[in-house]
Amino acid sequence: MIANLEYATLQQIWWILCSVVGSLFLFLTFVQGGNTLLWQVAKNDVESSLVMNSLGRKWEITFTTLVLFGGALFAAFPKFYATSFGGAYWVWMLILFTFIVQAVSFEYRKKPNNLLGAKVYELFLLINGTVGVLLIGAAVGTFFTGSNFTLNVYNQVTWTHPLRGLEAAFSLFNLSLGLFLVFNARVLGAMYLLNNINFSAMDAFEARLRKAVWINFLCALPFLLYVLVSLLLRQGFDVNATTGVVSMVANKYLLNLLAMPLVLGLLLVGLVLVILAVLTTAFKKSSKGIWLAGLGTVLVGLAVFFTAGFNHTPFYPSKADLQSSLTIYNASSSLYTLTAMTYVALGIPFVLAYIAYVWRQMDSQKLASHEVANDEAY
Amino acid sequence: MVDVDLSLVNWSRAQFALTAMYHWIFVPLTLGLSFLCAMFESIYVRTGDEKWKALTRFWMTLFGINFAIGIATGIILEFQFGTNWSNYSWMVGDIFGAPLAIEGIFAFFLEATFFAVMFFGWNRVSKGFHLFSTWMVAVGSNLSALWILVANAWMQNPVGMAFNPETARFEMENFWAVLFSPIAMSKFTHATSSGFLLASLFVVTISSWYLLKGRHVDMAKKSIIVASVFGLLASAYVGFTGDEAAFENAQKQPMKLAAFEGLYKGEKSAGLVAAGIINGAKKPGDAQSPFLFEVKVPGLLSLLANRVSGSFVPGIDDLLYGNSEQKVMGVVEKMKLGQQAVADLAAFKQARQEKNIGAASEALDRFTANKEFLGYGYLSTPEEAVPPVSTVFYSFHIMVILGSFFPVLFLAYLFYTLKGRVAEVRWLLPVGISSYFLGLVAQQTGWIVAEVGRQPWAIQGLLPVKVATTNLAVGHVQATFFMFMGLFTLLLIAEIKIMLKQISIGPEGL
Repeated sequence: MIANLEYATLQQIWWILCSVVGSLFLFLTFVQGGNTLLWQVAKNDVESSLVMNSLGRKWEITFTTLVLFGGALFAAFPKFYATSFGGAYWVWMLILFTFIVQAVSFEYRKKPNNLLGAKVYELFLLINGTVGVLLIGAAVGTFFTGSNFTLNVYNQVTWTHPLRGLEAAFSLFNLSLGLFLVFNARVLGAMYLLNNINFSAMDAFEARLRKAVWINFLCALPFLLYVLVSLLLRQGFDVNATTGVVSMVANKYLLNLLAMPLVLGLLLVGLVLVILAVLTTAFKKSSKGIWLAGLGTVLVGLAVFFTAGFNHTPFYPSKADLQSSLTIYNASSSLYTLTAMTYVALGIPFVLAYIAYVWRQMDSQKLASHEVANDEAY
Repeated sequence: MVDVDLSLVNWSRAQFALTAMYHWIFVPLTLGLSFLCAMFESIYVRTGDEKWKALTRFWMTLFGINFAIGIATGIILEFQFGTNWSNYSWMVGDIFGAPLAIEGIFAFFLEATFFAVMFFGWNRVSKGFHLFSTWMVAVGSNLSALWILVANAWMQNPVGMAFNPETARFEMENFWAVLFSPIAMSKFTHATSSGFLLASLFVVTISSWYLLKGRHVDMAKKSIIVASVFGLLASAYVGFTGDEAAFENAQKQPMKLAAFEGLYKGEKSAGLVAAGIINGAKKPGDAQSPFLFEVKVPGLLSLLANRVSGSFVPGIDDLLYGNSEQKVMGVVEKMKLGQQAVADLAAFKQARQEKNIGAASEALDRFTANKEFLGYGYLSTPEEAVPPVSTVFYSFHIMVILGSFFPVLFLAYLFYTLKGRVAEVRWLLPVGISSYFLGLVAQQTGWIVAEVGRQPWAIQGLLPVKVATTNLAVGHVQATFFMFMGLFTLLLIAEIKIMLKQISIGPEGL
């Protein structure tokens, strides 16, 4: 069956798959959000250890999902990979640096003789959860605000802004999206910890986390509203269906949502789920908020990626030269490669299934303070 | 196509080399120590002996410290293809991206998921499931090596693809040809078995130190037995796959093989240089001797390179200037055809833009005739096609000499341990303690041989590195180079300090 799929269908399938991986990553940034909560919610060594060990069992899944997001984009949309990573050099480099320092921090933080001391490794985690997530948001924002590049006939990229990608962080829209993701990650992080830790005899710790859910949601709200309103009102990049010429169209993204009611539905349901999760966690003592808010985040993420890439929209538009803009059709791999990779993708449900199985096995009992008291704990 | 800034190319190369070499300090240890931990734990589960459990947990602690920095140094490699080699990423992404994505889907998640069980699942899951998880971490890490080495092998021997002038890139035509190319298989088996070898040396080094100090003697002996058997098998396999790799190099990358051996004038019944000192003044095509001093085994190179005794092995001069008698086409001639291909491709693109269908079709026909030489069209001089001979030669010989020494070491350890005298053989222990560091040298020189030997190509014969880089101002790359150097060095020092501390603490209760 896969062998008979049309090229355009495969290109759409791969945009959906990349969107799923990207959206799952946004859910899994609960690790990054949790990183940034450490100093705020943990008031003693036991609480710190619980936060670190709870997150420390998941950070690699988040990290791997980010790596897969990169790998999937490389395999399916190599022109995007080449243009964006090579062009927006500094934004990606800085994101990577924050993930490099994160990767050792859980393991090295409590180990004796660790050169830098626990506080520095905690600072690395904080940087990862703030700067890293903020810049990822700014990079995703350029799907709507456009970037500064041109491509020549050999598809080689020339970046036309001296800041090489960092300029993305100076757009109000991109910055707002980044800050929304930072606070959303903190909401998710607090919800995850509430779900994962056994709080017996630690009421104050639990209360601090519930408060963090509410406060960070309130902080996220203005940025979310700004992003949504701006998205609906702004001019957007449009590909003419017959000529293929890219031009600016008023309210393009609003038109996209109206043209794709399913995507609008994803967005609305996702937002409702997140809000519901926040309310039940902050005020109803629920510990299941992470699942509701996680699903909500994934749905909102999908809506964002679909709005950026479908309905004759270039997902990686160029402000410098509209006709250099990348669409899922002109940036993709060949028919052969997409077909081969689609066979490979049939394995993804199996991977998700064993992750879910192991996760259940490991988390069937909540993490208790006596477990983090030994030398091997993070 | 592009104006090439050579200092940009060199800084980009330096950054890739720096990050890859740092990464490869940790990865081979992960590849092998994961299996050793799984073996130790299997013995524990079979025997129920708590000593084996403590032993397993000790080695796992060291594994975890190494694993973390391996991940930290690894993420940049995947993204660096895009950030610093964007022309490469576009031109070959259709083929090269797939193994990287598959690596993520099938290997990294296996590692990441089961790693948490391996470290934190001792009291949370059953003994059997824990053991299974430890094996899965080993399988996952070695699977990730498979996919990245498939990708690397494709750079050495591009197969299963064709150049598409419409998109100006290479496109995949046969996935299985990419996956099962002989170079991919020999690279995978050679690199992973060398990782098993290195991890065995790691265990021998630390255990020997304990024996010398008279601490944890029982654990050290137990560890040494398992590690020397594993290491001995691994080193035999490393030798076997190394021979295979050299044979494949001779067939697919003859210039690299010539550089291994400092062979300028090709000959029949070529000898293998056992040791030698390169003549630094030697240039291709001149009459100087390539060596100031050399010891050769007659006829052996022909046998290893072609598996036919007395066969002709082309030298650097033959490959550059051609040898009609032996039907070797020289780089000089390939460059002429390549320059023609570059010009015809440009004419094709131009005609396309002008919507001149007839001219486009003619240019395409001319291009198609010479397209296999496209890469040579970007070389400035034929001599550019020669990799740095002395670097490759010395690295190759250091690797081979060390690789021949390790099996002897494992045999000695196995012999004396089984005799019950290993702690008394005072000459052996210092050699054993140094062996891990020698193993690291062999690992690094091995990759220098593979990657420096491939120069000037990013994709052998098709794409020189100077055309593959991202168009950046060199200052950006210099800045990130020093950021990586500073950060990785800092993390390495932290890792070493933590590792030494854990070794000095030693296993609990043993």
